[in-house]
Amino acid sequence: MTQSQPLLDVQHLKVDFRTEDGVVHAVDDVSFQVQPGEVLAVVGESGSGKSVTAMTLMGLTRSPNAKFGGSAKLRDLDLVGATDEQLRKVRGKEIAMIFQDPMTSLNPVHRIGAQIVEQIQAHEDVSDAEARDRVVKLLERVGIPRAAERVDSYPHEFSGGMRQRVMIAMAMSNDPSLLIADEPTTALDVTIQAQILHEMRDLRERSNTAIILVTHDLGVVADIADRIAVMYSGRIVETGTLDEIFYDPQHPYTWGLLGSITRIDRERPKRLPSIPGSPPSLLAAPEGCHFRPRCRHEFGDCVKYPQLEGRIPESPGHDDRCWLPVEEKRKRREIAPGQIGLEMEGATA
Amino acid sequence: MAALPAGSLFFEKPLMATSSDPATTIPDQDPSEILTEPGGGKPAAGTGPWRLAGRRLRRNKVALAFGALFVLLVLVALSAPLFANHVADTGPNTNHLSDVITIDGEQKNVVEFDGVPIGPQGLAADGRFVLGADRNGRDVMVRLLYGARNSLFIGITASIITAVLAVFLGLLAGYFRGWVDAVISRGLDILWAFPVLLLGIALGVSLSLGGLDLGIFSIEGNSLWIPTLIIGLVGIVYLARPIRGQVLSLREKEFVEAARAQGASDWRIMFKELLPNLLSTILVFFPVLVANAVSLEAALSFLGAGVQPPEPSWGTMLGEGIDLLISAPHLTIVPGAMLTLTVLSLNVFGDGVRDALDPRAKVRLEH
Amino acid sequence: MVTFVIRRLVAMVFVLFMVSVLTFLIFNVIPNSDPAVQMAGKNVTPQVVEQIRKEWGFDQNIVVQYGKTMQKVFTGELISYNNRVNVVEEIKRGAPRTFSLAIGAALTWLVIGVALGLFTAVRAGKWSDSLVTVLALIGISMPVFWLGALASYYLGYKAGIFPNGGYETFSEGGIGGWVQHLILPWVVLATLFIGVYSRVVRSSVLDTINDDYVRTARAKGLSERRVLVKHVLRNSLIPVVTLWGLDFSLAIGGGAILTETVFDLQGIGQYLAESIRRLDVPPVLAITLFGAFFIVIFNTLIDIVYAFLDPRIRLQ
Repeated sequence: MTQSQPLLDVQHLKVDFRTEDGVVHAVDDVSFQVQPGEVLAVVGESGSGKSVTAMTLMGLTRSPNAKFGGSAKLRDLDLVGATDEQLRKVRGKEIAMIFQDPMTSLNPVHRIGAQIVEQIQAHEDVSDAEARDRVVKLLERVGIPRAAERVDSYPHEFSGGMRQRVMIAMAMSNDPSLLIADEPTTALDVTIQAQILHEMRDLRERSNTAIILVTHDLGVVADIADRIAVMYSGRIVETGTLDEIFYDPQHPYTWGLLGSITRIDRERPKRLPSIPGSPPSLLAAPEGCHFRPRCRHEFGDCVKYPQLEGRIPESPGHDDRCWLPVEEKRKRREIAPGQIGLEMEGATA
Repeated sequence: MAALPAGSLFFEKPLMATSSDPATTIPDQDPSEILTEPGGGKPAAGTGPWRLAGRRLRRNKVALAFGALFVLLVLVALSAPLFANHVADTGPNTNHLSDVITIDGEQKNVVEFDGVPIGPQGLAADGRFVLGADRNGRDVMVRLLYGARNSLFIGITASIITAVLAVFLGLLAGYFRGWVDAVISRGLDILWAFPVLLLGIALGVSLSLGGLDLGIFSIEGNSLWIPTLIIGLVGIVYLARPIRGQVLSLREKEFVEAARAQGASDWRIMFKELLPNLLSTILVFFPVLVANAVSLEAALSFLGAGVQPPEPSWGTMLGEGIDLLISAPHLTIVPGAMLTLTVLSLNVFGDGVRDALDPRAKVRLEH
Repeated sequence: MVTFVIRRLVAMVFVLFMVSVLTFLIFNVIPNSDPAVQMAGKNVTPQVVEQIRKEWGFDQNIVVQYGKTMQKVFTGELISYNNRVNVVEEIKRGAPRTFSLAIGAALTWLVIGVALGLFTAVRAGKWSDSLVTVLALIGISMPVFWLGALASYYLGYKAGIFPNGGYETFSEGGIGGWVQHLILPWVVLATLFIGVYSRVVRSSVLDTINDDYVRTARAKGLSERRVLVKHVLRNSLIPVVTLWGLDFSLAIGGGAILTETVFDLQGIGQYLAESIRRLDVPPVLAITLFGAFFIVIFNTLIDIVYAFLDPRIRLQ
């Protein structure tokens, strides 16, 4: 695959927060790239740093308690070091974001039409009438029925799924090249989830928008992602294409994630598989590999800091942070014939 | 490399350098061992919400200082009888209109013929009339202390009454809903329609004349219990609404359903499941309740609808003092200052309690 | 919206009725003594007491008593028995003074309170925030009448900067005189509320700043100014408006009483205070009733304004 200039190039991103209990290393050495039109899924559990990463790209984590390191280049602009004005210009225009909870993400006292017009007019000199027209078309495109009437409705007059569609329409109103979606379906019913994902796939097809999809749900990922980055405890522990991650996962945490998916085509497990233990506190993570305490494959080398690098010559771009040799990995991840996971089924948790 | 004992892997500090050859044998570890010990790297620890709140409160030095100030004021007020009997040698309501006292060998009238009382003596008259006398020749210092005692007694007791009744009504209304809620909420609305002071005045005026006689018990018109009950009653509206709101949302939670599934009776659910959860709300409101009660008592007594003479309270003293403002400003300044300090320390401490129990997280950590 | 208004008005009428019943109960039923004697006050002959008993219906059942009480108050035929003054007339005389005080103070504390609240919200955490918070707390803690007495004494009597109490109507001293006599009372009455308002505005703004839709507004690339004004301010001031409405009616019903007394403004509040001292019940009854009525009606109006500002409320 030809390496054209990436749309987004994140290098060694670091985000620290000062809290009353100490410094929290929310994002620790995160690097990835997004090509134009590509869908990158960032997967991890709560506390992995995936949302902080996403919001940092939009500059929404800037505060007196936050310290940043590394860079995130959107074409030529480094989002991490950008001035407030530079950031404002690209937000909502080049790079847009939709959030997890559509109920609280819209201002309850303004009509939705007005809220979208506001975004358009912040970046383009467009008349009220013309902006309104565009908004109606946008709403139609995301599947809002009777868009011309509902443009004047208030957010509380919509259902959750509809609200998220409004958010998508709003985010797309200026045709951004990158859309960041932070758990867009977590707060919605499973059936609505499918619809929203469908919308997002459409987006990519229609406008060649790149998407960073932040989620904890691997099922969602399989549907829509081109590449996947697995995050744990502030770090990316593995990154690769959809196939590489699902069929040749290299990091034990990824095995754990894949192993915890209950599959309908398999025998019913005696216990729901899960990854034993809990994520480390971001205040005092273990030395070396953060996953050590929960990893049954831990050995001596694991106390050394593992770089995120490609360890498989045949698969460039498939990087991970595990010290185990590749053959060992491929052997140990099969806990049962054809089944990938972290531990034997039925082992005490 | 030899197989490492399970224990040594769990230290946070790096192990002594061992061979880093990736081809070394990798020991198999029993996952259960990893879990029972604290990992190399602490798992995200959990502490109970009360502990966390206590820690936060302890870190708030300012709030603690004012809390201590309030406690000090209470102790001072409680020392009133001690001071009266052992130092000033007089009661709070004893008139010394025609008395003469000796200061530095001189004879002075406690109250001059033109009605002006003696000023603050400090320590000159061995403890008597430290702050001077009032128009009736009463020892101001003694009255101040007894007044503090009365005001604080009324404030605290009334707040307890308010809390008990408000929680009870809020629980009933929020839990049973339906017509119980309708009746209680309508009642609260009606009480709410009266400005607090006006309602207090109305009740104070009508009750201090003839007292209260409900058959089961009766109270004299000039008893301290009249203002106490009145203030306790009017405060209910402030607390009952928030409690009701909280009960309404709590009753939908799973632990209530679980209790019901276990066969718990309504009363048991209300008092054993819901009430403990209301505790933090009550604690947040209580200092403010006391502050408001003390202020209300002062206002009512100042107007004559609260504590009835000759009993002292900060309010009555302020009322009497303002008449003599020109000649004896200290009679107004001192009780007012003590009142302000009390309310202030309660407000600051109350703020601290609220911050401890319901902080706005300074850092919002998303997933 | 129309249905909302109608529903609120109907509820209001019901509450007004219940308020009148409760007031009646407080004065005529609950007390332990002979209501006729209570109503008569001091220095009244036994014949007058008997006359009162008949006029007010104390010799008949409760419903009749209620009827007669309400009739007396609302037809303006209520009199104080120990000085033969028509209560309602007195109230009308004092009303403009009380309203001058209350409206002036309300505007003062609204403007200053909101300004301070915004100031401290923007500078949250810095020392200027703490300083204002402390001052606000002291302001809340001081008894209004104490502050008023001290201000009147030190700034009025001693320093002579302000007149030593009293009220001047327009005809007496023009607007200048009117204002001069009211400045100190306005500030004193406003002090308590300024403290409360600055803190309410501060916490409302700080809350709103952390709300998700503000985050969305920033993500849309809106200028910080627009985010603050159209999203943060607009939403955070909504509760302040209702609060102000509530407090205005409270100021009239409560704080004004104390301030008027201390500054000798001869308004309704002072009339009430004097009646209390004389244990003269009819004025206390009437003022309580009118006060509560005013509050209920005013609050209903505020509710309607609030529904206009926040569309979510209209559904209730």
